[in-house]
Amino acid sequence: MSTARIVELRKGVLKKNDELAAGLRTRFEDAGVLALNLVSSPGTGKTAFLERTLRQLRMVGERPAALVGDLETDNDARRLAVSGAPVRQINTHGRCHLEAEMIGHHLEGWRLDDYDYLFIENVGNLVCPSSYDLGEAIRIALLSVTEGEDKPLKYPSIFNSADIAIITKIDLAEVCEFDRELACNNLREIRPDIAIFETSAKTGAGFPEWLSFLVGEKERKQAAGVVSP
Amino acid sequence: MHELSIVQSVVTTVTEAMAERGVVRVQSVRLRVGALSGVVEGALQFGYEIATEGTIMEGSRLEVVALPVVIYCGTCSSLAELEGVQSFRCPTCGTPSGDIRQGRELEIESVEIEEAA
Ligand SMILES: Nc1nc2c(ncn2[C@@H]2O[C@H](COP(=O)(O)OP(=O)(O)OP(=O)(O)O)[C@@H](O)[C@H]2O)c(=O)[nH]1
Ligand SMILES: [Mg+2]
Ligand SMILES: [Zn+2]
Repeated sequence: MSTARIVELRKGVLKKNDELAAGLRTRFEDAGVLALNLVSSPGTGKTAFLERTLRQLRMVGERPAALVGDLETDNDARRLAVSGAPVRQINTHGRCHLEAEMIGHHLEGWRLDDYDYLFIENVGNLVCPSSYDLGEAIRIALLSVTEGEDKPLKYPSIFNSADIAIITKIDLAEVCEFDRELACNNLREIRPDIAIFETSAKTGAGFPEWLSFLVGEKERKQAAGVVSP
Repeated sequence: MHELSIVQSVVTTVTEAMAERGVVRVQSVRLRVGALSGVVEGALQFGYEIATEGTIMEGSRLEVVALPVVIYCGTCSSLAELEGVQSFRCPTCGTPSGDIRQGRELEIESVEIEEAA
């Protein structure tokens, strides 16, 4: 004999990842590290954007570090390491997104106190990374002028989860007949309070604004960390 | 496509929780999936049969309860359900809102089981 019944479970499917991410978030906060998770389609310009960000931060005496996820290669890590910042590659072996466990694992041996920023370049993918919290303080979704203004509408889950949008390759805006106002409206339709920066990793356009925002965020974060017990 | 790893963790979570209760067979699993969770039902169903093979969940059904986005509108001082995920504005007054109260869920609600009597 057997009987059927319903068991309430109420368990988050990604509970394990969420718990690991919460642990990372606490570590980053305790160490005064501003952690940023960068997501976009393949080829939007995450690595190029980070190359310049790392280089310019170091030029003004800031201490950035980076983790970069890639399906198979370590090309991006090599490009970022040119800046002189500590960089580690996370090879996902075909996995289409980074998970909190991979971040924890790849931080081993690093003293977080030595850094002010941790940039995490996610795998180029606008779908899967949206579900996985990496313990970041800020999630950045990048969108290039060559991709079309309607990207945010096509991938609402990821753009809604982003705190900041970076429009990349702005040097190509004119040839692509990029409609800046439409792109910004679409972004705000999906995430009304999103902060938007328009940049070119090639010419450096938009970087002064972006960098001063970054440094401001870090200082705010570190000041908050000092007051709290 | 990360639905396969999502399904895999559903199977792990359910089989572990059921093992503690002496369950011999799972008949169905009910999943709550928010419109902003980033997963697609079709892809979940596709992976489910393979992922449950050889477990106490083999042959069981996956029921997906789709949850719409609910925002809080400060202007109306009330919650509002959105029809889709293309515009995050209050359907009553049109004010944009980033205050999401429902829609990111990816949660195992319940499991229908057969127990040895
Ligand atoms: N004109 C121009 N080209 C750019 C800019 N940023 C990136 N690119 C080019 O776009 C291509 C892709 O850039 P990456 O930085 O590798 O893009 P990614 O997002 O890191 O790519 P994945 O890691 O493969 O997802 C390269 O050929 C870059 O030179 C820019 O601001 N302007
Ligand atoms: Mg890259
Ligand atoms: Zn309203």
